[in-house]
Amino acid sequence: MSAATAPKGELLKNGAIQLMLAINALIMVYPLFVMVMSSFKTNAEIFSSPFALPAHFSLSNAERVWNETNFVRYLANSLGITAAAVALILLFSTMAAYAIARYQFRLGALVLMFFLSGMTVPLKLAIIPLFIQLDSLGLVDSYAGLVLVYVAMGIPSAVFIMTGFLRTLPRELEESARMDGASELRIMRSIMLPLARPALVIVAIQNAVPIWNDFFFPLVLITSDELKTLPQGLTVFVGEFTTDWGVLFTGLTLAALPITLLYIVLSKQFISGITQGAVK
Amino acid sequence: MNSGRRHITKAFPWRRSLWIAALLTPALIVMVLFVLWPLLSAFRLAFYEFNGLQPTGFIGFENFRKVLFEQPYSGWTWNAFKHNIIAFVALMVFENGTAFLLAYALLKALPGHRIHQVIVFLPVVLSAVIVGFLWKLFLHPLFGLVNQTLALVGIGAIPWLGNEHTALGSILFANVWHWLGFPTLVLLAGMQRVGKEVIEAARLDGAGDYVLMTRIIWPLIAPSVTIVTILTFIGSFNWFEIPYVMAGLTGSPGGATDVLGLYFYRTAFGSTTTGIQDFGQGSALAVMMFIIVAGVTAIALRFLRRREIEL
Repeated sequence: MSAATAPKGELLKNGAIQLMLAINALIMVYPLFVMVMSSFKTNAEIFSSPFALPAHFSLSNAERVWNETNFVRYLANSLGITAAAVALILLFSTMAAYAIARYQFRLGALVLMFFLSGMTVPLKLAIIPLFIQLDSLGLVDSYAGLVLVYVAMGIPSAVFIMTGFLRTLPRELEESARMDGASELRIMRSIMLPLARPALVIVAIQNAVPIWNDFFFPLVLITSDELKTLPQGLTVFVGEFTTDWGVLFTGLTLAALPITLLYIVLSKQFISGITQGAVK
Repeated sequence: MNSGRRHITKAFPWRRSLWIAALLTPALIVMVLFVLWPLLSAFRLAFYEFNGLQPTGFIGFENFRKVLFEQPYSGWTWNAFKHNIIAFVALMVFENGTAFLLAYALLKALPGHRIHQVIVFLPVVLSAVIVGFLWKLFLHPLFGLVNQTLALVGIGAIPWLGNEHTALGSILFANVWHWLGFPTLVLLAGMQRVGKEVIEAARLDGAGDYVLMTRIIWPLIAPSVTIVTILTFIGSFNWFEIPYVMAGLTGSPGGATDVLGLYFYRTAFGSTTTGIQDFGQGSALAVMMFIIVAGVTAIALRFLRRREIEL
């Protein structure tokens, strides 16, 4: 119902709804706005005039973060770990899902059940045996150990989504390629997988966001400062600069920046990926 | 449909099996090593005594007895458990209640509803560590944004995180701010599936907003409500990051914000204040948390699904 034709009561009600939404939007955005603005301020400015815009858009806080902390190292670690884990999740789950979805074999249903049951396991609660396991493999306090845990966590739902998607692809494509004598590997790589790209994007986002943001597993598994991830590094950083609020807000802003930018560009995929991921 | 299968099966049966096995192996190995084995071990280890990383002997239910009935452990366990329950109830009422209203408002598709969806979901993509520290700064008694705002209307400084009566509520607020977009958009998607026709028909029959919301939409979005409820429950019982960042490992002040996740972490990996580090008791706690989450999820699923079928 458009506002122009709406009766007066409806107009009033819509106005009230818009007001409620506006207040909510303010509550969601204003804290982030203050965070970003405070990152340009000096401590004195933050304490004395918290609501004002910065007097100068000074980058001196950012310089200190850059020079006096391991921030860049944490950022690079998070990037590398997230990229490696997501790549392996995509690779392993697509392979497994392809076998389950495109071939009929004994145990096929059982294998799928095994993967699906993994979706219900909160791996955090198995952290003690996981820690012992990784310790015996010499993988505690290493990139590889952390990446493997994330891969294990990501595979079940990724197999689920990829199997569902790969099953919908038509048989004919694959059959005609087979007639032409293409190998199974070739059929998978050149014909089927390019068609699965939309599902791969969803799986990638669904896994990348929680891995990028994760704090629990690095907290338990990583102790060397040069291996720490960004969320974990932030706790170190906050401990060092407790009273230096300008630097703290800058650290938080810089830590939030990469994923926020990506989210703004890909908001639709982020929203559908994350809500579907949990709904699974 | 299976001509492809027949084609290779006939020509190279072993090659086909090998190819399928090769596709499945990497994922299966990772799952067995890092999900199946740790999970089975978690149940076993709860019955062992530990010396550091090494299980030294089978002790039956001793670990469970300690964390449930022997002071000081039992006091910590029940105190934390109580806070998990409070968190669940509070999040159901405040987070999911607000989300329901927001979703209903967004369903009207008034101008700006798309951008609002993007805005309300923005904190969801941020790390709980960022959100936790941000609100810790904002809730600072003297210089925090919250008290500075309240000062404008003449309300004196409140030590939000320092007072045992306000600390848990304050970190729950930060959690609501962080996650609100999630239930909002899940419920909105549920409402959109109800369909314009149903809503139009109800409107033509003279249903107002209240009737529409309670009699039509609420019953028809039962599947989304089920999902949100269960995820809130799981989230409340695995709650760790925001309390850790905002209230510290011991759930300060004085355990007022302690939750099972923090207590489990302290027990398993040690804390600076108690100096206790015990994998056996930690495993017992993990097993109990697992049983609570899995058990309640299974019961809730059955109960809530029945509501779905009836309607």
